[in-house]
Amino acid sequence: MAILIDKDTRLLVQGLTGREGTFHAKQSAAYGTTVVGGVTPGKGGTTHEGWPVFDTMVQAVEATGANASLIFVPPPFAADAILEAASAGVPLVVCITEGIPTLDMARTLALIDSRATRLVGPNCPGLISPGRSKVGIIPGHICCEGRVGIVSRSGTLVYEAIHQLTGVGLGLSTCIGIGGDPLIGTSFVDTLQLFSGDNETDAVIVIGEIGGTAEEEVAAYIRRGFKKPVVGFVAGQTAPPGRRMGHAGAIVANGKGTAAEKMDALAAAGVHVVESPADLGAAMALALSSRP
Amino acid sequence: MKIHEYQAKMVLGRHGVPIPKGDVVVSAFEAHQVAERLGTDVVVVKAQIHAGGRGKGGGIRSARGPAEAERVAEELLGMQLVTHQTGPEGRKVARLLVEEGLDIERELYLGLVLDRAAGCPVMMASATGGMDIEQVAADTPALIVREHAHPTAGLAAYQARKLAFGIGLGATLVAPAVEIMRNLYQTFLATDASLLEINPLVITRGGQLLALDAKIDLDDNALFRHKDLAKLRDLSEEEPLEVEASKHSLNYIRLDGTIGCMVNGAGLAMATMDVIKLAGGEPANFLDVGGGANAEQIRNAFKILVADANVKAVFINIFGGILRCDVLAKGIIAAVREVDLQVPLVIRMEGTNVEQGWKMLQASGLSFTLAETMAQGAEHVVRLA
Repeated sequence: MAILIDKDTRLLVQGLTGREGTFHAKQSAAYGTTVVGGVTPGKGGTTHEGWPVFDTMVQAVEATGANASLIFVPPPFAADAILEAASAGVPLVVCITEGIPTLDMARTLALIDSRATRLVGPNCPGLISPGRSKVGIIPGHICCEGRVGIVSRSGTLVYEAIHQLTGVGLGLSTCIGIGGDPLIGTSFVDTLQLFSGDNETDAVIVIGEIGGTAEEEVAAYIRRGFKKPVVGFVAGQTAPPGRRMGHAGAIVANGKGTAAEKMDALAAAGVHVVESPADLGAAMALALSSRP
Repeated sequence: MKIHEYQAKMVLGRHGVPIPKGDVVVSAFEAHQVAERLGTDVVVVKAQIHAGGRGKGGGIRSARGPAEAERVAEELLGMQLVTHQTGPEGRKVARLLVEEGLDIERELYLGLVLDRAAGCPVMMASATGGMDIEQVAADTPALIVREHAHPTAGLAAYQARKLAFGIGLGATLVAPAVEIMRNLYQTFLATDASLLEINPLVITRGGQLLALDAKIDLDDNALFRHKDLAKLRDLSEEEPLEVEASKHSLNYIRLDGTIGCMVNGAGLAMATMDVIKLAGGEPANFLDVGGGANAEQIRNAFKILVADANVKAVFINIFGGILRCDVLAKGIIAAVREVDLQVPLVIRMEGTNVEQGWKMLQASGLSFTLAETMAQGAEHVVRLA
């Protein structure tokens, strides 16, 4: 069954007619995702690469029956695009855009009804359920079908983890990049809850990074009774304090949010924590083989 | 983005937060003039650098009259000011803020920052101002009171009143304090700040509230809509190589080690620093060329990397998802030739079109080591450095 996306996903692309939107819409369609159209204000009524283009999300959803939206809108307009998707009742909104002002996201998250719309991202690579669907920019050809879930704040570390799993003969149920910004729609814990209820996911890799307390929340959640094996890594063990490491959310502020604290918290909750990102695949293979 | 104290006060003043009278100067002569114009018995001369702890480091001095202000300014201008936040080399003082001396009765703390877990700004207030607030938070957390502002509704007046009463202000001071708090919140919104601090907020013997010190950090992602604030950036406060990197939209942070690294994606770049450390080496930098880098980006990144004289070996760790390995190989070959690389190079490359990329690198005649995995690459490069 996988989580969030599957064969029934019907995808709209907001910002379809832009360079990135076009490229990734085609990639998603080539992977087997049902892409039903796009939205670019002012280009409604035209077609782009064979897909119908609409002016507004409400029109697009009405005409196509879409149940997911993928956003490639530039940062100044992206928060508004998220609100538009939510107002049109789209249950899954994935925002790839990097560089949205933090206060825009604070307002947006406060306005979205999280019971009706799940936002993934922003500043994320999206998600993929190999063999079924992909909504985002994770390269499909590196993924194999399988029973391991991945959730990560970083995009390229997702690719690394997938590659290592393939190396040890393991595949993926669903892989989700939740985003590197300080404020994001879907947390690690939200994702673990979904993986917990998914009978096609046997184990999960959690890839965190410095900044914030999301990894500590993972530890607390696992302690409350998450049953599946978890392998964890936290990037930024060597990051200098007070500096923003590429991602807007990756900063050790006032000695808080360090990799060491997060790794300790995860390990104390029973997560198989690896010091080196190069050990993710092997650690997962070991975790699965040593299960009772 | 960080800005100077005098700039932060200018911004706060514009939003109705009371600040001491004063002016910024770049010469001792000007310091004399400003002190004369202020006309107070005592003036305070404050070094303007992007670091805290200036007082303890000797960067904040009081002076009696214009002549002494000029002398103090003479001493401060051009000095390398060392504080606990600058590192041992310190920061060069190029500007001073000369302000009226105030008769201070009490020092308070007022701050606004984004609470990531709550998803909204939180205002913090404390009766213990003028001290390191992180220390107060660690030692006596009960002395800090907090109110979360709703992201769309803002900070309500009753919340500001709760804070004002919470830090023990008497009835006559609550109204002006509430006004300052609400103006502070407006400043936070209007500037897209990520941190705003008044430490201390002082009460003078005359019963006036003033922002004696101020700090504003701005959200880089929002600068596109604040052209006026973007102009406040002081490039001389930043590492020159980092300034150069930012011109090419590269995420580069200079560190103290000897192994230069070039990686795509922030997470993988941090992880690469971690594996270098685990292999016994020290990274010379964080460098994320971005998920969709092209040959030109790779070339610019390489130039910045080797401009750091501490770099004894270079490690390229790229996972080509969208970025194809053949494009990457082309970029590396051109860059290595152009900069005439003198240090050992280790390349770990994986992902789309990797075989093609490897062939191109091998056919190039360049001297480098190919690594199969990230861990192996890190071990190699540490041995070579």
